[in-house]
Amino acid sequence: MRFLLEKDLRILRRSPLLVVLLVAYPVLIAVLVGLALSGGPDKPRVAVFSQLPEDSGTVNVAGTTVDPGRYADELYKAVDPIKVRSRAEAERLVRDGEALAAVIVPADLVDRIQSAVSLSGSSKRPTVEVLYNAEDPVKQQYVESTIESRVADLNRAVSEKLTSIATGYLGILLRGGDFSLFGQKFEVLGLQRSKALVDGVAAGEREGSPERQALERVSKFAQLAIDNLDLSDDVLDAVGEPVVVKRTVVEGRRTPLDAFAVAVAVTLSLMLVTVLLAAGMLALEREEHAFARLVRGLVSKTGLVAEKVVLAAVCALAATLLMTAGVSIFVSLDWGRAPLWVVALAFGGLAFGALGVAIGAAAREVRAASLLAILLALPIAFLALVPSGAVASGLYDVIRVVSACFPFRPALDAVDAAINDAGGLGTALLHLALLTVAWGAVARIGLRRFA
Amino acid sequence: MSAALAADAVSKRYGEREALRDVSFSAGAGETIAVIGPNGAGKTTLLSILGGVQRPTSGTVSRDPREVGWVPQQAAVYGKLTVEENLRLFARLEKVRDPDEAVARMLDQTGLRDRAGDELGTLSGGNRQRVNIAVGLLAQPDVLLLDEPSSSLDPRQRERLWEFVGGLARAGTTVVFTTHNVQEAERYADRVLVLADGELLFAGSPDDLHAEVGGDQRDFEAAFVRFLHERGH
Repeated sequence: MRFLLEKDLRILRRSPLLVVLLVAYPVLIAVLVGLALSGGPDKPRVAVFSQLPEDSGTVNVAGTTVDPGRYADELYKAVDPIKVRSRAEAERLVRDGEALAAVIVPADLVDRIQSAVSLSGSSKRPTVEVLYNAEDPVKQQYVESTIESRVADLNRAVSEKLTSIATGYLGILLRGGDFSLFGQKFEVLGLQRSKALVDGVAAGEREGSPERQALERVSKFAQLAIDNLDLSDDVLDAVGEPVVVKRTVVEGRRTPLDAFAVAVAVTLSLMLVTVLLAAGMLALEREEHAFARLVRGLVSKTGLVAEKVVLAAVCALAATLLMTAGVSIFVSLDWGRAPLWVVALAFGGLAFGALGVAIGAAAREVRAASLLAILLALPIAFLALVPSGAVASGLYDVIRVVSACFPFRPALDAVDAAINDAGGLGTALLHLALLTVAWGAVARIGLRRFA
Repeated sequence: MSAALAADAVSKRYGEREALRDVSFSAGAGETIAVIGPNGAGKTTLLSILGGVQRPTSGTVSRDPREVGWVPQQAAVYGKLTVEENLRLFARLEKVRDPDEAVARMLDQTGLRDRAGDELGTLSGGNRQRVNIAVGLLAQPDVLLLDEPSSSLDPRQRERLWEFVGGLARAGTTVVFTTHNVQEAERYADRVLVLADGELLFAGSPDDLHAEVGGDQRDFEAAFVRFLHERGH
């Protein structure tokens, strides 16, 4: 096998155009996929469990009415809502992939918003919970941005009112006046009058004198200012984000989108380099008419399959490691996990190599093998990237089964786990090992009609 | 003359189609045998079975394929490798004891020493065929199988090829070749095997074939055509 490997590497070295294409084409595809990843489905299916009563009311802010229900309607327009009757049902839909996410609206949302803006309620801030299926960071990010943009609309409307309240408070603090808190009325001196009083104290400091009383009034004002500044922390928080979104992941793991995009790009490159190389190099043996000469006792057919798989995997490993290193210039990657990258890419390369050899065994010449490899590999990759919830659940089950029969999905899982610590590396590697054996067997059977 | 190569009742089926039917013959050391016949007669199939590229459906071949040099019709060498690299690769795969010596020997025998560093893709068809034959001879086999070796060569190259093959036969190598050019069979073969529709119709010298059809034909090709016609082909 060593001599065949040397021969094939020498042939590759003398085919610069092929090598350039093998590197450039995957990079181009990876960029295109990266761009595609920045988009999302038109209307994600989102389960909604609203515990708000039928007439949940409105929020009164400084005499102006804000209707949270209007913003909920806006959210429903942006998504394909599935109204459910319990949190458990919402969780199940997300876990099964029938919904991309679920929004849980608490019964006391409106009351809490009212409390937050009136300074009279509890410290609990109004919270909307969103459940995600994080198996696919692309769809997770899309749903997150859709829901959070709707919540942001509500927050902006409430915060505008709160800003006017804060402005009133500042006016009182500056000029003085009446201020109502917890049902009691206070007369606030204000900084301007305080200054005048303090100036007056400077004239005399006798016990029980008006100057002393004036100083005591300044002290009370200072205390009041301190108390209100303490309260203002909550006010300012509420102004910034009156309604909080609590994120809960019910399935999968969290991988930032840019890190996931790296995993997709690397896996896509690994697939294209390996499949094209394995298919092409095996088809080359027949195109050069050398296959029959090799297998008449010089090399076994199984040995030939193994050699092409190893050749393609080794070359693709080198190319994708270089690519990953290059990507790390732009995206922060944990180089301490580099040994795991090598393991994931090696297993992925072997599985893709076996698939490539099977394709090569089905074709009669290099060009046909390359075309077949592209025609088969790209749809498999795109199929594996279809998010759950984007299609009907039955169709998604079919897609999952088809994806499991090809190396892209497990290779993506392995690379994602290796690069981003997304978990599940062992399972993905085992899956890839099984696919290597299975596709290797298909290739070996295909060679029966190869001569 | 002892048999250097023998086939006994060799048959080959592809599904319903019978490509070879009970073909038996033997070849002595240093003997040159031409396998001739119309298109689809089974000539290449017979050589492939003798060379171990295909397995017979039934019947046996006396030699282990690894002891036989096999040269396919189309040059089975790598266009991106040089002459020397091709020879060295196959010498290693053949597990030749001294690959460097074998490469040097074949470069001398084929007269390609000055082209040793050239990629195969840059050589003429004739020179590629010489390398193709050289690969078949690397392990110095006692038996050499050539499948239409002269089909892509011009007359001068054909002359050099047959001189080369004649030298091998004189040195004791048994040569079995297929050809569509029956004049070549008459000129260079000790015996001819006539195959038609997978059946061995004749095995003997060119003169015997002449005699078989009455000996009144103007040349060997006419005698061959007459023979086939008389046998219903």
